[in-house]
Amino acid sequence: MRLSPRITQGMAVSGMWLLAGLTLGVLAFIIAFILWHGLPHVTWTFLTESPRAMGREGGVLPMIVGTAWVTGLAVFIAAPIGVATAIYLTEYTREGRLTAVIRFGADCLAGIPSIIFGLFGFVFFVITLGMGLSIISGALTLALMVLPTIIRTSEEAIRAVPASFRDVSFGLGSTRWQMVTQVVLRSAMPGIGTGIVLSIGRSISETAAVMLTAGSALGMPHTAFDSSRTLALHFYVLSREGLSMTNAYATATILILAILLINLAAYWLMRRFVAKVA
Amino acid sequence: MRREKIISLCLLLAALSAISGLALITAFIFKEGLPIMMRAGLGKFVLSSDWYPTEGEFGIFPMIAGSLAVTAGAMVIGVVFGLACAVLLTQFAPPRLVAVVKPSIELLAGIPSVVYGFMGVIILVPFIRDTLGPAMVSLHLAPDPGPGLSVLAASIVLGIMVLPTITSISVDALQAVPRSYREGSLALGATEWQTTHRVLLRAGRSGIVAAIILGMGRAVGETMAVIMVAGNTLDVPHSILAPVRTLTSNIALEMGYAAGDHRKALFATGVVLFVIIMILNTIALAVSRRRAGKAVAR
Amino acid sequence: MTEPKNNDVAKEDARLMAEMLAQRPAPACPPGGAKIVVEDFSAFFDGEPVLRNINLEICERERLAIIGPASSGKTTFLRSLNRLNDLSANFTKTGRILLDGRDIFGSAVDVAALRRRIGMVYAVPVPLPWSIYENLTYGPLLSGIRSRSRLDEVVESSLRSAFLWDEVKDRLGEPAANLSGGQQQRMCLARVLALEPEVLLLDEPCSGLDPVSTAKIEDALAQLRTKYSIVLVTNNTKQAARASDRTAFFLMGELVECGPTGPLFTNPANPRTSDYITGHFG
Repeated sequence: MRLSPRITQGMAVSGMWLLAGLTLGVLAFIIAFILWHGLPHVTWTFLTESPRAMGREGGVLPMIVGTAWVTGLAVFIAAPIGVATAIYLTEYTREGRLTAVIRFGADCLAGIPSIIFGLFGFVFFVITLGMGLSIISGALTLALMVLPTIIRTSEEAIRAVPASFRDVSFGLGSTRWQMVTQVVLRSAMPGIGTGIVLSIGRSISETAAVMLTAGSALGMPHTAFDSSRTLALHFYVLSREGLSMTNAYATATILILAILLINLAAYWLMRRFVAKVA
Repeated sequence: MRREKIISLCLLLAALSAISGLALITAFIFKEGLPIMMRAGLGKFVLSSDWYPTEGEFGIFPMIAGSLAVTAGAMVIGVVFGLACAVLLTQFAPPRLVAVVKPSIELLAGIPSVVYGFMGVIILVPFIRDTLGPAMVSLHLAPDPGPGLSVLAASIVLGIMVLPTITSISVDALQAVPRSYREGSLALGATEWQTTHRVLLRAGRSGIVAAIILGMGRAVGETMAVIMVAGNTLDVPHSILAPVRTLTSNIALEMGYAAGDHRKALFATGVVLFVIIMILNTIALAVSRRRAGKAVAR
Repeated sequence: MTEPKNNDVAKEDARLMAEMLAQRPAPACPPGGAKIVVEDFSAFFDGEPVLRNINLEICERERLAIIGPASSGKTTFLRSLNRLNDLSANFTKTGRILLDGRDIFGSAVDVAALRRRIGMVYAVPVPLPWSIYENLTYGPLLSGIRSRSRLDEVVESSLRSAFLWDEVKDRLGEPAANLSGGQQQRMCLARVLALEPEVLLLDEPCSGLDPVSTAKIEDALAQLRTKYSIVLVTNNTKQAARASDRTAFFLMGELVECGPTGPLFTNPANPRTSDYITGHFG
């Protein structure tokens, strides 16, 4: 018996909505579950104390500091390089062999799994360059990981700026660099900002790469050469070793809230960008 | 004038960072891992099932099988759910809902892998061990229920994790299909669903294939979540309810205490992983570039 | 606005225009009074010639109109004068263009400074996505003027010269995109004037503007002529007749004829010129 196209469509669309609903349901469930179990335990003491007894008791202040350092440094290093790459590709050169090679490098880098970055960071930064398990080793490794994202989003943002703006700027007697900084980047900034914010999110969530490069020290880091444990890694250790479920949930809650904030910021920035160049 | 040349040079140096980084990574991973692979014999390394690193036996076949099984399972879930979301977002969802669904899927991508793994351990693993496993055994779909930590658990968790990748690239592919195709089909009296599965999915095929291959790459490369739910035993899995260890888990689990040849063997595992990913990504890039080429030629 | 196709009507038209023009003096280019000299200039895109052997003088303080059908090379010619064509990768040229006696394509030439001496207004107004004030001060800031009072002065005087000051003086901080089409174009003119250039290039500045805005711009140009050399590309022969002192007729990349506007319209030396003016083609 052949069903009418209308009925087939109804079934197909309902099926797809079911799948999408399940997907969103999973998302909502994960967030709700973590927050439900963890939010009550995210107290001021938890946020400002150091861990005791391997994390069974106490708080996560060193982890927050360590995560901030590693993420901050990583983005601080990767953002200028990534934006400069995007500027070079769009404004300072023509499509050709060189740009193809640069893009190939960025695309491949984007696909490499985090554990490979961890292995590389370990053998190169930690051992060969002698930086040891440290915040700086972790930051440099993460910088390489987020570089392709920043390049890609910056390039898209810069390309979205109309060509007529560039022509006008040149016509008024600007050099290329003046045009790029005062006209193009000014309009592209929110779009570039989105990429940077997303990179922050990626760095905070990263575990495998920091495990092998920043180490797992529980103490408060004082310099960039100290080892430090990030929030994500701490959560992993707590839950896997079964040290403290309440602390694990609380740590996860901080992570989830940070991700929510970051995604919100990225979303808001993207809308501002679209408004500016549309 | 000269200042412009200096600026141009600085920008070029920055732009070479990505390719230099890639070169460095490739060089060091291979430098650490290749010698022992050659020493143990490439064939033996890849095909032997004996992983006794402390005794000098380095066979990673169970891990390769594990990665394959888990990835295949993840793709089933990821493609079904991911494509459904992509089609909905581009063809059927009203703008109000798109504004909710799209950011939600992006949010899904942002959740840390350790959180996914954790949820898998807390919710999914007991469910498989206590409910789904026995049910499948009684339906003769599996020989034994297993410990819950299994290929199935890892596939489900990974499937959800690669879904956003598949969705977003497929959305791009579907949106790149010229509007005239859709309008032409509708004008001929087809319903939106018929248009979608007869015209649009075919037209956007290469982009969707690229999305799937990139998703595969993501699944093969995922580490933390898999460690938490897959069981990490050293046997080739005999059913989807059996525990399994992947290439990535192998590295992450043992790197903390490995030394000497053992450590080098883990790097060799990394080499195999790296090669697999590179092949997958190159295929994906070639497929999407071919699509771009065809679009231009049109 | 349709060109008359009937020969007799066309001739009558031309005669009326000539009467209009005969009442105005048309300056010749005195020796030593040439601001820009174009010598045997040819331009190519991807090797295809777009301009062939142009020889032309642009005098100090005159309005030179450039007329001709589409694809005659008028815009390419204009963009060569301020070296905006350099931005196209496939552009090549032969010949020279001298500004105050020096070749603008010379190796020691500072192109950015050149473009400040020769300002350009486009067919479609392109306000930058900033306030009116910021649009106008962008050029002066590029050339190094920092003092706020000086910038305010420049903003006011250039807006006055473009006949826009009264309309926007109370809302300089508003986005320039909020202005109407005609106002935006006058703002673009003011933006160029803020550079205090020596030559003004205008590429069909009134296309798409209503007659009131068009009139305002033409009035502005009439006043500006006393300070600047003005080159006005226009598709509208009547505008050329109204608003210029000399006219050059370009056809398919060649300069067919150039001379005082009145005589060129009444008694063109070249039959192709009269064919175009009377609307036999275009």
